[in-house]
Amino acid sequence: MALIEDIRDFLDETGSITKFTGNFFTNGLKPRFEVKELLAQCYSIGYKSLPLIGLTNFIMGLVLTMQLRPSLLKYGVESQLPVMVGIAIVREIGPVIAALIFAGKIASSIGAELGSMKVTEQIDAMEVSGTNPYKYLVATRVLATTLMLPILTILGDAISLIGAYIGVNINSVTSLNLFFAQVFQSLTFSDLLPAIIKTFFFGFAVGMVGCYKGFNSIKGTRGVGISANSAVVLSSVIIFFIDLLAVQFTNVFGLN
Amino acid sequence: MENSTQTEPKANKIIPKGEPVIIIEHLYKSFGKNVVLKDFNLTVKAEENVVVLGKSGAGKSVLIKCIIGLLKPDKGKILVFGNNIPELSADELDKVRTKIGFLFQANALYDSMTVRENLEFPLRRHWIGLKQKEIDKMVLEALDNVGLKNTVDMLPVELSGGMLKRIALARTLILKPEIILYDEPTTGLDPVTAREIDNLILKLQKKYHTSSIVISHDMNCVKSIADRVVLLLDGVCYTEGTYDELAQSKDEKINQFFES
Repeated sequence: MALIEDIRDFLDETGSITKFTGNFFTNGLKPRFEVKELLAQCYSIGYKSLPLIGLTNFIMGLVLTMQLRPSLLKYGVESQLPVMVGIAIVREIGPVIAALIFAGKIASSIGAELGSMKVTEQIDAMEVSGTNPYKYLVATRVLATTLMLPILTILGDAISLIGAYIGVNINSVTSLNLFFAQVFQSLTFSDLLPAIIKTFFFGFAVGMVGCYKGFNSIKGTRGVGISANSAVVLSSVIIFFIDLLAVQFTNVFGLN
Repeated sequence: MENSTQTEPKANKIIPKGEPVIIIEHLYKSFGKNVVLKDFNLTVKAEENVVVLGKSGAGKSVLIKCIIGLLKPDKGKILVFGNNIPELSADELDKVRTKIGFLFQANALYDSMTVRENLEFPLRRHWIGLKQKEIDKMVLEALDNVGLKNTVDMLPVELSGGMLKRIALARTLILKPEIILYDEPTTGLDPVTAREIDNLILKLQKKYHTSSIVISHDMNCVKSIADRVVLLLDGVCYTEGTYDELAQSKDEKINQFFES
């Protein structure tokens, strides 16, 4: 019985998220556009996330290089370290780490913000004052996360490669020019493009899940905590699913 | 919503006193198996203060949320200035909402905005062409009405309960609505502040010639504000009359509200 109930809840939630997402395309993208709020959200979601994403990607680049070196050394291909690290960062590590950090920071903050607005009737107050809360709160945040994550990923990749360069130079001496020449010679558009395109979907998922959880927050202040928490968990899981799908698509279209 | 925006504030169109502004006919609303309103009827006339009295969970807040369109009734008509609220499109509903103010029980002030931004928000949404000078003037006038001009740059978290209620009232009034719906305006306030809010509601009602529906448990509030009291019991309008008429009733169900 409990299993059936769980399945029903899961299907209910899936349907509800799908409807909420559909509303973004049918309602959220119609004029009049909330440009001022969108820019404010781009600033707080994008610009303010850069230090955290930069730091984590830097460490990831450094650590990845240090971890890969012994294995490559074993097979006598240590010189290929920049190539290996570059491809790993640009194709997978950079986008996924940036998206997961982004989900932890942004999905939780959106979930908590909208959740507390919901339980204190601020969303109702907005509606009563003639403002469509979906357009003002949801569409702006989802657009901001969708547009900002690809930019953050590109910047994060660059910072990660700097971390990797430092990692390479811990045990040997490689010039900056040589390191980046090796990295970029090995990279093609088919490495970069799918990796960046999937971050639009990651960003969309993070924004949408955060908004959905916040908008459907119940049970008072406890519900706000639950919304924030479940927004992070669900958006992180969705990021991995999108990543899995993205790999399948790139394989199908021969972009690997 | 875009159709509801205006370039400048329109003058308050005075509806002749005594003309109906809200007509509720055969209203039904339930949540699952819990039937909250069943065949509820009510008429509110221009410049009239109607207080809806009832036990907790009787459906009083549900009633005013149906009137403002936050909840959709299962059945029945809610005519506000002749517009049937449940049948209106989102744009049409927004237009009607510019004429209705709603004071939330918990104030619902935007806690990340200052008092000024809270008051500017509805103005900027509806009257796009307004210049900053005009907005500032309207904000200060609204705050002056509630005696809190000095709080203009403060955040809601810095204000007391009574002050928050006044600011929420100022925000409700800033669009110069013709109808105001008050959801328990004095709940959670000390008796002195509660009386101040009652007096403020009456003062502003006289100044702007508004009609109101007030949800309240506070009998002092009911006594001082109500032109007419409606008792909501078991989902229906059990009785209605002036405060004195109901206070003198011999009916036990009515008496229980007036005894305390």
